[in-house]
Amino acid sequence: MKSLRFVLPLAVFLLLIGFLYVGLYRDPREVPSPLVNKPAPAFSLAQLDDPAKKLGPADMKGQVWLLNVWASWCVSCREEHPLLVQLAQANIVPVIGLNYKDTNALGKKWLADNGDPYKLSVVDADGRVGIDLGVYGVPETFVVDKSGVIRYKQIGPITAEALQQKILPLVRELQKS
Amino acid sequence: MTRALLALIIAGVIALPSSAFAETALDTRMKALEEELRCLVCQNQTLADSHAPLAEDLRREVRELAVSGKSDAEIKEYLVARYGDFVLYNPPVKATTWLLWFGPFVALAGGGIAWWMILRRRRAGAEDDTPAEADPASAGIARARTLLDERPEI
Repeated sequence: MKSLRFVLPLAVFLLLIGFLYVGLYRDPREVPSPLVNKPAPAFSLAQLDDPAKKLGPADMKGQVWLLNVWASWCVSCREEHPLLVQLAQANIVPVIGLNYKDTNALGKKWLADNGDPYKLSVVDADGRVGIDLGVYGVPETFVVDKSGVIRYKQIGPITAEALQQKILPLVRELQKS
Repeated sequence: MTRALLALIIAGVIALPSSAFAETALDTRMKALEEELRCLVCQNQTLADSHAPLAEDLRREVRELAVSGKSDAEIKEYLVARYGDFVLYNPPVKATTWLLWFGPFVALAGGGIAWWMILRRRRAGAEDDTPAEADPASAGIARARTLLDERPEI
């Protein structure tokens, strides 16, 4: 009983420290998406290069693909862009761009200036498809499997680490199945 | 002239509210709903407070859903399906949020029990001590009394 008097507060204190320690390494900006492991929301949007043509998740059925949400006004998109260009050169997985709340002219200019890693980009000028996808911080990247189910969501820029350790292994695994 | 102008102003004021009120009913509903929704960009602000572009889009979306006849609960469901529970300013009560909702009460109850136990122990200790502590005084009085009693009569 006497020892409990010291052990109990110590235990509570250590528990608190444990919570705070874990909290140090968690990013409150990263809100887990409820869309992971659910079918990608259906949309059909005009293509950036050819507005007469449309594209949606239905057209990508049967292959694993990435959906990358980007905009010319988005600063951290520049951060991940070289990685996307490399990924496109490696030709591992098609990347579809979602040009989010941007103008076509600025979007095209941005791709001309920075390189175009996308198989093609579609235009979501008013951000409605973005809302359906639960986009809240551009850039965001979705990994979509052959049956059109979202398997992973990267919030914020893709890092080399995330690409090598999460995205690419997942893509390879999904491509096999 | 003045009278005509006055009549015009009064007529304008009378005519105004009917349309203004129709707007206000939706406005107040929207305001109340937006207060319960979180802006995901500036996370400690409600949708009503935020000026982030996404918040504007979401307000537009919420308003359109309301105009199309969706209930508040349906609108919340719509947003939760896209952004998760985090979009609700009031976290829903479910297994994963039990600690959040009931933790403070558990802590309060724990503190209360500890306090009660300490008090009880202290009181029990005090009762044990009472004879010993009271003894010197009462013994003293008793001794004084016997001394007085034993005092030889003068």
